[in-house]
Amino acid sequence: MGINKNATQLMAEIVSNKRVGAYNHIVFAVGDIASHAKPGNFVAIAVGGPNSAMVLRRAFAIYRTFDKGSNGGLLEIVVAPHGAGSTWLTNQLPGFKVDLIAPLGTAFGIPTEPVRALLVGGGYGSAPLFGLSEVLKNRGCRVDMVLGASTAMKIYAPLDGKRSVNSLTTVTEDGTTGITGKVTDVLADIIETNQIDIIYSCGPMGMLEAINVIAEKLGVVHQCAIEEAMACGIGVCMTCVLPIRGEDGVVRMLRSCIDGPVVDGDSVIWGSKRVIPEGTWGAH
Amino acid sequence: MFNFKTNLGEAQFENPIFTASGCAGSGRELSQFFELSELGAVVTKSIMLKPRSGRATPRMAETPSGMLNSIGLQGPGIDLFLEKDIPWLRDQGANIVVSIAGESVEDYAVLARKMRAVSGISALEVNISCPNVENRGQVFACHPQTARAAIEAVRRNIGGELPIIAKLTPDVTSIAAIAEEVVAAGADALALINTVLGMVIDTNTMRPKLAGKTGGLSGPAIRPIAVRAIYQVHEAMPHVKILGMGGVASGRDAFELILAGASAVSVGTATFGDPTAVIKIKNELQAELIAHGFDSLREAVGYAHRAEGNLQ
Repeated sequence: MGINKNATQLMAEIVSNKRVGAYNHIVFAVGDIASHAKPGNFVAIAVGGPNSAMVLRRAFAIYRTFDKGSNGGLLEIVVAPHGAGSTWLTNQLPGFKVDLIAPLGTAFGIPTEPVRALLVGGGYGSAPLFGLSEVLKNRGCRVDMVLGASTAMKIYAPLDGKRSVNSLTTVTEDGTTGITGKVTDVLADIIETNQIDIIYSCGPMGMLEAINVIAEKLGVVHQCAIEEAMACGIGVCMTCVLPIRGEDGVVRMLRSCIDGPVVDGDSVIWGSKRVIPEGTWGAH
Repeated sequence: MFNFKTNLGEAQFENPIFTASGCAGSGRELSQFFELSELGAVVTKSIMLKPRSGRATPRMAETPSGMLNSIGLQGPGIDLFLEKDIPWLRDQGANIVVSIAGESVEDYAVLARKMRAVSGISALEVNISCPNVENRGQVFACHPQTARAAIEAVRRNIGGELPIIAKLTPDVTSIAAIAEEVVAAGADALALINTVLGMVIDTNTMRPKLAGKTGGLSGPAIRPIAVRAIYQVHEAMPHVKILGMGGVASGRDAFELILAGASAVSVGTATFGDPTAVIKIKNELQAELIAHGFDSLREAVGYAHRAEGNLQ
């Protein structure tokens, strides 16, 4: 697969930057890019300024886009300030311009028929699911959502996002909101009760793998947005690879920035961090 | 009229700014952002005889002013590469330098034989210094004898006029000594430098961060090493052309490598941070050379070696 045909580099002005719980919700003026971005796509942003020691871009899932706003097209992301790069970004004020490339990567596949979809997000991984939910609702799908995090502050669920789903279940490990436990504790019940056809997920790799086990057991299609340490975001560095089984049955080390981030859960060879699975194309 | 032209051996280039092998794939993704024909050359990712999965993940760790990578030469193998990537690059009007890497001297010989019939290539980069192999003994450029053997194998089998650029590592006691060996073995030019072997330990897991444990350090952090290596080799063999690389992120940086003795400059890690870095660097370098009073790129090559007291 090739780079997203709509990928464009531009200096994008920050329109708004607000703290929401443990995260920052940042809005950029991006012009035409907004009309080309799809749920699941991501953006790569240069951080630290021109003399920064941070030489690599940071990748963020696109939360949502607006074709027309007072500033033209808008693109929004949700950032957890946990590293030096993401912290720098959350400290930038409206009016500041960042070097941004978008849209990048694959998008969630949208069914042609109205189906019953379950969206599962971990932490700020919920962000791209709200835009997805709107698209699914417009197609006549029923949308249930499960969001999980270690604690209530780390659940990202804005009011207007909540309105776009039929039901929202929250799960926290410390029990500060919703059900106490992990998202995977509640999935089987929801899948069976609501007769779910497809699961869309975004969050930490461990969570995606656990969801995939349940999806496979219950025979539900599962699309997930994967992540792996990424240097360039545009497909040239070959660092963000993951073993993925193609339609021809062959496992290849594919780039999560080009062939992902959204992939079919059952195509991923899970648990292969630090090993090349036996039989992978070109393994030696 | 400023003259930006350069050459490496017999290979001629319109300008001295190239991609670096392994930092631009085969150019397809970058062509989304600019015309590949604007570059002095596209240096393709080092290609091996057979398809190769590369190393396990994690393969990358960002470091101060740089990054560590441990890709392990992932690629489709020479046959698929020649079938799919080369015709496409030719269609783009790109000046092409193909980079090859082998696991044995015999591999280099076979790769050279496969390359000899390929048209539309300007030069062959022979990567004998990739640090991301399981066995450090496979880093041919670490020893004079193995470096010589690999380059001789290419020279014997390449035939014709295709210039050979030997890519060396700075992880040796004397890079000038290795450079002299490969030139004696038939290299027309030298690519200096490959990444520097490094390691990052994750202090949370308290283990090496990369699955391959070690990786190649690149980016501005290694630029002084590149400048030193280029300077030493140019001093030892001023007639041998050098394709310089190592942490170039601006026209000023490219100018620095040229002053040390590089006739052309590859941009690698800067492309990861900015897909259009190569184009910006090319424009900045030309402005830099003109600002310093040079009428041509060639006048500036190795200018830092001039005698003391001569200011201009």
